Amino acid sequence: MYRYDELDQAFVDARVAEFRDQTRRHLAGELSEEQFRPLRLRNGLYIQRHAPMLRIAIPYGLLSAAQLRKLADITRRYDRGFGHFTTRQNLQLNWPKLEDVPEILAELATVQMHAIQTSGNCVRNVTADHLAGIAPDEVDDPRPYCEIIRQWATLHPEFTYLPRKFKIAVTGAATDRAASEVHDVGLHLVRDASGCLGFRVLVGGGLGRAPMIGQVIREFLPREQLLAYLEAILRVYNRQGRRDNIHKARIKILVKALGIERFRELVDAEWQASREHAPRLPLEEIERVRSFFRPQPYELLTDIDVTAEREPRFQAWYRYNTRAHRVSGYRAVFVCLKSHQAVPGDMTAAQMDAVAALAERVSFGLIRATHNQNLVLADVPQRELYGVWQALELLGLAMPNIGTLTDMIACPGLDFCSLANAGTLDVARQIQERFDDLDYLYDLGEIELKISGCMNACGHHHVGHIGILGVDKHGEEWYQLTLGGSASGVTALGEVIGPSVPKHEVAATLERILEVYRGVRHEDERFLDTVRRVGVKPFKERAYAPHPAAA
Amino acid sequence: MRHILRQRELQADHWRHLGEQIAPGDAVIVPFAELRQARERWWAWDGRLGVRLAPIDRVEDLLDVLPRLDLVAVEFPNPGDGRGYSQGRLVRERYEFRGELRALGAGVRQDLVFLLARCGFDAIELAPGEDPQSAQRALARYPVAYQPGSAAVPVQRQRFYAA
Repeated sequence: MYRYDELDQAFVDARVAEFRDQTRRHLAGELSEEQFRPLRLRNGLYIQRHAPMLRIAIPYGLLSAAQLRKLADITRRYDRGFGHFTTRQNLQLNWPKLEDVPEILAELATVQMHAIQTSGNCVRNVTADHLAGIAPDEVDDPRPYCEIIRQWATLHPEFTYLPRKFKIAVTGAATDRAASEVHDVGLHLVRDASGCLGFRVLVGGGLGRAPMIGQVIREFLPREQLLAYLEAILRVYNRQGRRDNIHKARIKILVKALGIERFRELVDAEWQASREHAPRLPLEEIERVRSFFRPQPYELLTDIDVTAEREPRFQAWYRYNTRAHRVSGYRAVFVCLKSHQAVPGDMTAAQMDAVAALAERVSFGLIRATHNQNLVLADVPQRELYGVWQALELLGLAMPNIGTLTDMIACPGLDFCSLANAGTLDVARQIQERFDDLDYLYDLGEIELKISGCMNACGHHHVGHIGILGVDKHGEEWYQLTLGGSASGVTALGEVIGPSVPKHEVAATLERILEVYRGVRHEDERFLDTVRRVGVKPFKERAYAPHPAAA
Repeated sequence: MRHILRQRELQADHWRHLGEQIAPGDAVIVPFAELRQARERWWAWDGRLGVRLAPIDRVEDLLDVLPRLDLVAVEFPNPGDGRGYSQGRLVRERYEFRGELRALGAGVRQDLVFLLARCGFDAIELAPGEDPQSAQRALARYPVAYQPGSAAVPVQRQRFYAA
């Protein structure tokens, strides 16, 4: 993984000192809350329902064992002994004290981490495919480019006060595992006809209040032009994006208002005019950063059958919670943060420590956070899988449900977030309880369930095969269901099936929807494909509980 | 007399904003709308002339008067409005303006001066109540930067360079 050089370390150290001073001034009354707010936000610090919330950056989801241990240590010393992994591959602490935050950031800096630009109207943590570097279907590893973008975007003098937040995702694989089409900018690594590497560039995707799918602004951008082109996009956006209405301030609104052709013209003109002043990205710099992401020193192994003669639960875990690896004899292993006893994405300090140790033993000391709120040990020799499973089972991290209904995404919702309209965690629990039968989950097959507690869509509900959105109805929590969304393959936004349902009805409604699916599916047809084939109508007709009088 | 940070030094400001007391021969900063409306009058002003850009003003529209100007002031009405950073860079880099590039407005707080200086602002008219000494220290806060930026705030190491 990338290691800081003197520049990176000097930068984060200066950043910690700056925030220490800003926090001191705020606590001394020299900086009002209004003045402090944009500064703390750019250091990941929100003021939430119960306490401040600190969002720690995990650039493109990659962590070393030492970093994960440090996170465990921080949650023990400054929080309540657990953290919450998010859909931007970050980690949130829900109960830190404001006055402790500078110290937490100083601790993070000792392991080459920070919380810079994890919130605020600036370029956020750049995300990537969680199988980057090991996926069999990959053109090139996206992470070096993520790291380059991270550095370029960090305290960018021109683009740190944008109209609104700005999210970039990079993928190098045929299958989009980074939801890149619902990002402000999505970058797909591709090769042109002559074999040169570059990017297909998408712009104007995003979820939130007005969900939109990104459009191609450039079919092929040479790698060396990456930063110059991003600057052109951001400059057009910074100058012309709306600032009068927070709900219309994302770049997607500007792209839609201008049309992609006009927007492309503006960006191209800006790009051409800035040639002399835009940052260059020499191939030597790309190679320098790429050298940190070389393939691991793998053993020469052959694929083996590790499931024969083993217990069914291990076989199920192998099938659902491990993935193919580019190198024979290895598998990628999901560390499941979706056990039916836990909040999706939550992890205790003890679990973090144990997974760090496991990663050191069997996966080159590296851990990845996924945008689905799980972790991945990416490079596990197949001969170790049974032992890894046993270890994870003991930790409560081996629930064999990855890719199934209960491997759901949920934002923290009303329990923690001051923006939320409705709870998500008790809805998640309700669903976990009702769908506790693994055979039933397996029969339902691949389903992406995504829950958001408000329109801001941190839970990505629009692109869930099934999406659940919490809404506030006269002070009560109700839930609106959407079907048919997807963020991989053909990206699509889900369709609302009808009126929202009260909280206690969510899991039952879901079950009725899934029964419709079981009734009309073709053999081996995924839920999403059935919805695409038959539309939402049959689901809508049966989703709502029959009125007692009519039954 | 107002003080500003110029080239990182605290100096008396000899410029007058339109609306303040002005004598013939004074150096005057005029809002861009006014400058466009009364172009001849200001072009013939018997003294140094500066313009004040609001966030909505297009830098491109400034080109034909730029040779007459000794100063371009860019307004930051609040810390969240970042349009001025683009305006400043364009004036400095693309249009190669060599006069004073000044940031002013309620958004010009000490915590932002490093960004401003990296964008090419060599003069900082701090928002009322901001402490100039703290702002001076803030200009030297970062010994390094990732992006290309103005040499007005020299850094020991920089990652990316312009062409």
